[in-house]
Amino acid sequence: MSKKIISLLLVAMMVMAMFAGCSKPAAEPATEPAAEPAAEATTEDATAEEAPAEDTAKVDMVMGMITDTGGLGDQSFNDSGWMGLERLEAEYGIERKVLESESADDYGPNLTSFAEAEVDIVYGVGFLFNESMAAAAAQFPNQKFAIIDSVVEADNVASITFAENEGSFLVGVIAGMTTETNKVGFIGGMKFPLIEKFEYGFKAGVKAANPDAEVISNYADSFEDAAKGKEIATVQHQQGADVIFHAAGGVGIGLIQAAEEQGFWAIGVDQDQSHISPERVLCSMIKRVDEGVYQVGQSVIDGNFEGGVHLFSIANEGVGYSDNAGNLTEEQVAAAEKWKAAIATGAFVVPQTEAEFNAFEVPEI
Amino acid sequence: MANVVEMKNITKVFPGVVANNNVNFALEKGEIHVLLGENGAGKTTLMNQLYGLYEPTSGEIYINGKLTKIKDPNVAISMGIGMVHQHFMLVEPFTVAENIVLGSEPSRSGGLKLDMDKAIKDVEEISAKYGLKVDPNVKVQDISVGMQQRVEILKALYRGADILILDEPTAVLTPQEIDELGKILRNLTGQGKSIILITHKLKEVMAMSDRVTVIRRGEKIETLKNENTNTDELAEIMVGRKVNLVVEKDDKVAGDVVMSVKDLQAVDNRGIPALKGVSFDVRAGEIFAVAGVDGNGQSELVEVITGLRKSTGGSITLLGKDITNRPTSDVIDAGVSHIPEDRHKRGLVLQHSLAENSVLGSHKKAPFSKSGVLDYPKIHEFCLGLIDEFDVRTPNEKVAAKSLSGGNQQKLIVARELSRNPELLIASQPTRGVDVGAIEFIHKRLVAERDKNKAVLLVSLELDEVMALADRIAVVYDGQIVGVVNGKDATEKELGIMMAGGSQKKQ
Amino acid sequence: MKKKINYLLENVKYPLLAIALAFLIGSIFVILTDNSPIVAYSALLDGSLGNIPKFGETLLKTTPLIMTGLAVAFAFRSGLFNIGGEGQYLVGAISTVTAAWVLQDLPGFILIPIILLAGAFGGAIWGGVPGFLKAKLGVHEVIVSIMLNYIALFLTNFLVRVTLNPSTLQGTEQKAYSVMIPEHARLLKFNEFMPVFGYSSLHVGILIAIACAVGIWFLLFKTTIGYEIRSVGHNPYASEYGGISISKNIILSMMISGGLAGLGGAMTIAGLTFKVDQSSGLPGYGFTGIAVALVGKNHPLGVLASALLFGIMSNGSRKMQFEGIPKEVVGIIQGIIIIFIAGEAMLKFMTTRKKKEEKGEVA
Repeated sequence: MSKKIISLLLVAMMVMAMFAGCSKPAAEPATEPAAEPAAEATTEDATAEEAPAEDTAKVDMVMGMITDTGGLGDQSFNDSGWMGLERLEAEYGIERKVLESESADDYGPNLTSFAEAEVDIVYGVGFLFNESMAAAAAQFPNQKFAIIDSVVEADNVASITFAENEGSFLVGVIAGMTTETNKVGFIGGMKFPLIEKFEYGFKAGVKAANPDAEVISNYADSFEDAAKGKEIATVQHQQGADVIFHAAGGVGIGLIQAAEEQGFWAIGVDQDQSHISPERVLCSMIKRVDEGVYQVGQSVIDGNFEGGVHLFSIANEGVGYSDNAGNLTEEQVAAAEKWKAAIATGAFVVPQTEAEFNAFEVPEI
Repeated sequence: MANVVEMKNITKVFPGVVANNNVNFALEKGEIHVLLGENGAGKTTLMNQLYGLYEPTSGEIYINGKLTKIKDPNVAISMGIGMVHQHFMLVEPFTVAENIVLGSEPSRSGGLKLDMDKAIKDVEEISAKYGLKVDPNVKVQDISVGMQQRVEILKALYRGADILILDEPTAVLTPQEIDELGKILRNLTGQGKSIILITHKLKEVMAMSDRVTVIRRGEKIETLKNENTNTDELAEIMVGRKVNLVVEKDDKVAGDVVMSVKDLQAVDNRGIPALKGVSFDVRAGEIFAVAGVDGNGQSELVEVITGLRKSTGGSITLLGKDITNRPTSDVIDAGVSHIPEDRHKRGLVLQHSLAENSVLGSHKKAPFSKSGVLDYPKIHEFCLGLIDEFDVRTPNEKVAAKSLSGGNQQKLIVARELSRNPELLIASQPTRGVDVGAIEFIHKRLVAERDKNKAVLLVSLELDEVMALADRIAVVYDGQIVGVVNGKDATEKELGIMMAGGSQKKQ
Repeated sequence: MKKKINYLLENVKYPLLAIALAFLIGSIFVILTDNSPIVAYSALLDGSLGNIPKFGETLLKTTPLIMTGLAVAFAFRSGLFNIGGEGQYLVGAISTVTAAWVLQDLPGFILIPIILLAGAFGGAIWGGVPGFLKAKLGVHEVIVSIMLNYIALFLTNFLVRVTLNPSTLQGTEQKAYSVMIPEHARLLKFNEFMPVFGYSSLHVGILIAIACAVGIWFLLFKTTIGYEIRSVGHNPYASEYGGISISKNIILSMMISGGLAGLGGAMTIAGLTFKVDQSSGLPGYGFTGIAVALVGKNHPLGVLASALLFGIMSNGSRKMQFEGIPKEVVGIIQGIIIIFIAGEAMLKFMTTRKKKEEKGEVA
């Protein structure tokens, strides 16, 4: 009897989970318009000269994007990549298609599905696509691919990578100047090299602006669990952190909620996240996945697609910081701009691993 | 007198079975009318139609002279019909009062709050009115079965029942409780209630009823007045042939000791000592009976012997081999067969087919399986043999055990246990809830085992059965054997005193 | 024979009705997303069964579902609810990678069976733990197995990040996945011997899964082990009385159940991904397996059919996404099917009640 009840409850739970799943796309339109102006605000100057102001005649192309397991609506890099295709759609009239991956073993089959449908380019959003894209690229040598955040060495794969450490450095500088307790926090999604680039770039920035400040660093082991983000943020805040930066996708939503409720600063990531809480999101570290997707897509349209590494850094406006809510002081902006210029000119190298960070000496700028 | 219920030409067809065929039945106001028949004869089906649980395939039901269509129990309740089922439908963690008012609770604050004070008062009132004494504040799980039955009756009365249907009400009661129930029912008819009693126990029919309607294989055979009949006649009408209610058994000298139990101790499920040093021998060619009031350690004794419960002390030896605290499979292998007291709980896997049930316990042995693979053709063949030999009434051996009537289920169990040709047969309540025909059959089989020079350990709560079958009778009281008497010499009075804890010698 | 067909019909009638109803209701949601149900469902069918490579991809999706569905169904038969398929699947996967790394010098024809068995063994251990705790201490298997899911997830992540990381074992840079299993440890792909399967990554794991279903059917219904497990599931008291050890069978059944889920994980590794990724969430096959078992009525052969249904929906949903229909619609349809199957008793009641009334009128 009790078993029956349990199984019924479980079924009910699963059904609810499924319905909860469907509420995602419903939430999407609500957040997208909010995110869009933000993106456009920052993109305008960056892309004004690049965007070909030519004929608006429709380009008959189909571009496919495969999300990682986070799926669309993650308010993070899946959405950001999708926005890049949206711009291509708006400007060139290409058709965009998406496949959301349910689990890690979907990556391969999703890639082959797109390749089989002979779309003009397939984007894999996330470095987890690395091995499966290498295999798919070998299997479909005439298909163009692009991967975000990872390097696949094949002629038909464009590897879109970012200097996350540089962008994180800038928000680190801002955090170091903002903190009053001399304690700032960092929440990472999962501990692997990509996220460590955020962590050590951020730490270096804090150190540059405020050598006395301490960085409390934690990993959530998730990119989705907002509750966990809130929990970690609360603990960090209790330990004294009054500015907390995250590189943890959906986990960061929890951080921003905690910041709102408990009154400390959160720093957003990937896109300008100040629309979630204009009062409590100090600024955001910007990683222009949309820009990467856009530029590679443009090269396909123009017929000059090239494989190899496409690095997006401060120098080419691929990463940076943004403050749509206007929370930064002039002094903070000036300092951030100063460091930004120094990095852009290659005056010093921002550390991206623990070893590099330990060896890092703050240069005189 | 006026008929409060009249069922005319009732036919109920289930897929493949005619459960009731053109049955006529009438209940007069203020009478106790027994519906008598063997298990599976169609008594309960008939009454379930009156209570609205089934709709008749054809036929008419008149309540107080008015043609009525009873679509569901709510209609029946509103017509003043109440039913007490064989298996009680009470919420165990609720109190007596809560159970009685359940479904028609008095309430306060516009129906939001249960008015417990009024409920208790109502229950006290109604229990005083009909002479059914209960404590409204105790939880149902803490009261005896007899008490629970009163709660069920009160529940029906609380909903305003004038016509009470009781399905096998005595099956779960002790002799004293049965007497008590008889008085309660008389009291109720005295106050104008009319009662239908479903049973297959002849003694009760004679003790309790005004009239008897006998049903056999779905058909009404006869309606008789109590004073114009007797148990022998009723048995014959019910079974359809002459029934021998007396067990015939020759004198026999018992052989060697088959099982020897020495100073056996064990605790019950709650951890309280249930066996406090029990010793006895069972010999080849005798039926050794353990008599006693329920709950004096009989169940634990059987469970310890068969390996279902661990003993905390003492020893059991079977044909010189120590089987104390051995796993059940070893005990079975040592030559012990066991007819369990509760066939639904222990004796059968109800969802399995008869064939699969017929090899429970020997499923790992040849010819039923070979290197772990079951030989289903052989199992089916074997089961068909048992069905034939033991007269199990079933369409075939493939049906689930739950589709059989209680008597036939019991026959299947007896068949299975005897088919192993055991050295020791333990029969625990072998005829509980079984109809007359099956009782006669099972008794004969037990005696036959004894006559084959096998040892039989009979555990029974029914004194009649013990006295009819046993060569020696041990009486247990509070986990100890009070005394052992010869079956031939035993008197009911003597046994009764021992069962109440009095020693024979002290007499 | 006719009886058998009737029996079969009786058993598939309601699931089929449930599926039809679910698609009907699902079309409302399709319309709500401004799409045509005809387009959606033809995309679903075309995407999953449109040609042989697509069908191959469907079978690829079906493979792990058969295994986790069998795992849940098998445990159900012994009266246990194995909700730990997720963890068992993961442990199976990580065991496979570990075994393949340690024994990589063995030749393929020995290595492949060994790594699959390693996966099944890992899953069996992971399933055996709740079985053992249930049998010996009476701890409810649902609680233990669901908790073990998370232990498996974090343990796997730890092993992938540290012990089995290519940076540790092969001196590369830190990766977010484990070492790859060697080429000769990988399962044969269908397109290697049947070119019609084209781009499909379908591997021989599907054959192993089908063999498992048949094997489990045989085990359950033709052997003493299955007899004992079913007996314990239906009536532990009677089983005990019949000399069947309840605790032994609970442990055994949970181990077999876990082994099946573990083998599912092992085959995904050996046939498709060749590595374990660091993951922030459970893979989902264990939970879907519950639905698969439910729809398949806990019968091994029913599980085959129901896993195929889920595979069709899962793979067909790709094509639906191409057509701009959110993949959640497929989730909704799956959910509705489950509700209807779970509510089969209700459905049955409604139809028989109607029949009864009709009969009544005739009479």
